[in-house]
Amino acid sequence: MELKQADRVRRAVSGFMTTATAVCTFVAVGLLLVILTYIAWKGIGSLSFRFLVDSPRPVGEGGGIGNAILGSLVLLGLSSAFGLPIGIAVGIYLSEIGKGRLASVVRFVIDTLTGIPSIVTGVFIYAIIVLPMKNFSAFAGGVALALIMVPIVGRTTEEMLKLVPHSLREGALALGAPQWRVIMGVVVPAAASGIATGGMLAIARVSGETAPLLFTAFGSRFFFDGDLNQPIASLTVQIYNYAISPYDEWHAQAWAATLVLMTLILGINIVVRVLTRKRF
Amino acid sequence: MRVQTAPPRIQVPERRPEDGAAPKTTQPKVSVRDLDFYYGKNQALHNISIEIPERIVMAFIGPSGCGKSTFLRTLNRMNDVIPATRVAGQVLIDNSDIYAPGTDVVELRRRVGMVFQKSNPFPKSIFDNVAYGLRINRITNSSSELAGRVEQALKDAALWSEVKDRLKSSALSLSGGQQQRLCIARALAIRPEVLLMDEPASALDPIATSKIEELIFDLKKQYTIVIVTHNMQQAARVSDTTAFFLLGKLIEVNTTEKMFTAPNEKLTEDYITGRFG
Repeated sequence: MELKQADRVRRAVSGFMTTATAVCTFVAVGLLLVILTYIAWKGIGSLSFRFLVDSPRPVGEGGGIGNAILGSLVLLGLSSAFGLPIGIAVGIYLSEIGKGRLASVVRFVIDTLTGIPSIVTGVFIYAIIVLPMKNFSAFAGGVALALIMVPIVGRTTEEMLKLVPHSLREGALALGAPQWRVIMGVVVPAAASGIATGGMLAIARVSGETAPLLFTAFGSRFFFDGDLNQPIASLTVQIYNYAISPYDEWHAQAWAATLVLMTLILGINIVVRVLTRKRF
Repeated sequence: MRVQTAPPRIQVPERRPEDGAAPKTTQPKVSVRDLDFYYGKNQALHNISIEIPERIVMAFIGPSGCGKSTFLRTLNRMNDVIPATRVAGQVLIDNSDIYAPGTDVVELRRRVGMVFQKSNPFPKSIFDNVAYGLRINRITNSSSELAGRVEQALKDAALWSEVKDRLKSSALSLSGGQQQRLCIARALAIRPEVLLMDEPASALDPIATSKIEELIFDLKKQYTIVIVTHNMQQAARVSDTTAFFLLGKLIEVNTTEKMFTAPNEKLTEDYITGRFG
């Protein structure tokens, strides 16, 4: 009798837990779907080909976000060029090379960097790059975003490399491979898709950043002309500027720009997934 | 650098002294003197001295934790990658101490190959796995020679006929026994002088095991092989000499035949007859 009672309790707890996790998942995914649908519904009305390629115009004259799309892509490219290699190198150091005190200090600093509000990063870059160079620039924006990416990429790279079985490293070492070749030829490729996911997370994260760009890239009404030393437009700053404006037309355009931003992130995600698909 | 003219067949040993020359006993390939080994403060090997002649198969037997794998890994300094380990004593390969300061560990591991207990193919194609050692050691620059060496290594490891039509597919798609033979082929491709095998068949079924054992029998014409095994029948089948380890000490080294019929030490006899371990 005692045992049966215990069984009934166990089953009840199990059922409750299963239901609870299902409900939580449903709430989380459902909320996300609501947000996505809402953005699509609000944004789709102002979407047109012109909107995607034109530059902004005064209220009442339409205009578009072409310069902001290009600017965002440039900023993401810049920040990836700075941030991904440094972040991956940090991850390799933490997982493969660093031992003892120095490694734990680096890890602690990286973890602290992750927690720094992005606006602080913006102000910091403003102080060390924008002020000395005396103007807002695409370069400063890229560096600010890269600074946000490094800790994310570094820690995910470290975790992914640590999942690579130790026996693979020993196998390569036993064939007479020097350590750098073990790392670059065996360990990193084995973790490539995981590292790419980390990079994706970082890109997705910074592509939504607004605050650091207000202090660095600043925003612009013109198309990027190849000069990294000039202010540059970005989707997020454009959305911000339009959203706080008093005009209904600009509000609608902000919604459409948000939809474009989300699609852009989705697109980058799919491309990277395809490129780093597991081949072996 | 050894320069290769034509890939030698397995039946024609590469380094065989001229027929009629002095027998193998002249010079041991590996000679270990008073070797102690420590994991931190814990001494795992006590005062090991042993000589391994060229082109024979030597088996290390003993109960779990007796230090036989640890000892095997001191022969190509694989223990260097484990933190807080320490070695005292000498390991001479061709009369030079591999623990002497200034020894190039990378070069050492090219000469002393290793096959691990758990097969560890790289997540690359079958071809790239075998070619890995050739590429990193820049043994050849021509792709046709590379292909030839890969084919020869796969043949030496008795795997060629099973994989020749799918060299480009993933090594991880092979069965467990095939993966282990792939790892052997990978080690053979760079033609080491000594081949260390750490329980190479412990995770394999009897058919795959017997394939590996036949392979070891063939390979000893060319290589000096040291094999750690838990399986005493296996030691009896494949080896010429056997060393028995117990609690980090080397108890006895003898020809395999004597070891399993009339060992010198009481402890060996007790272990072999199953009285402990």
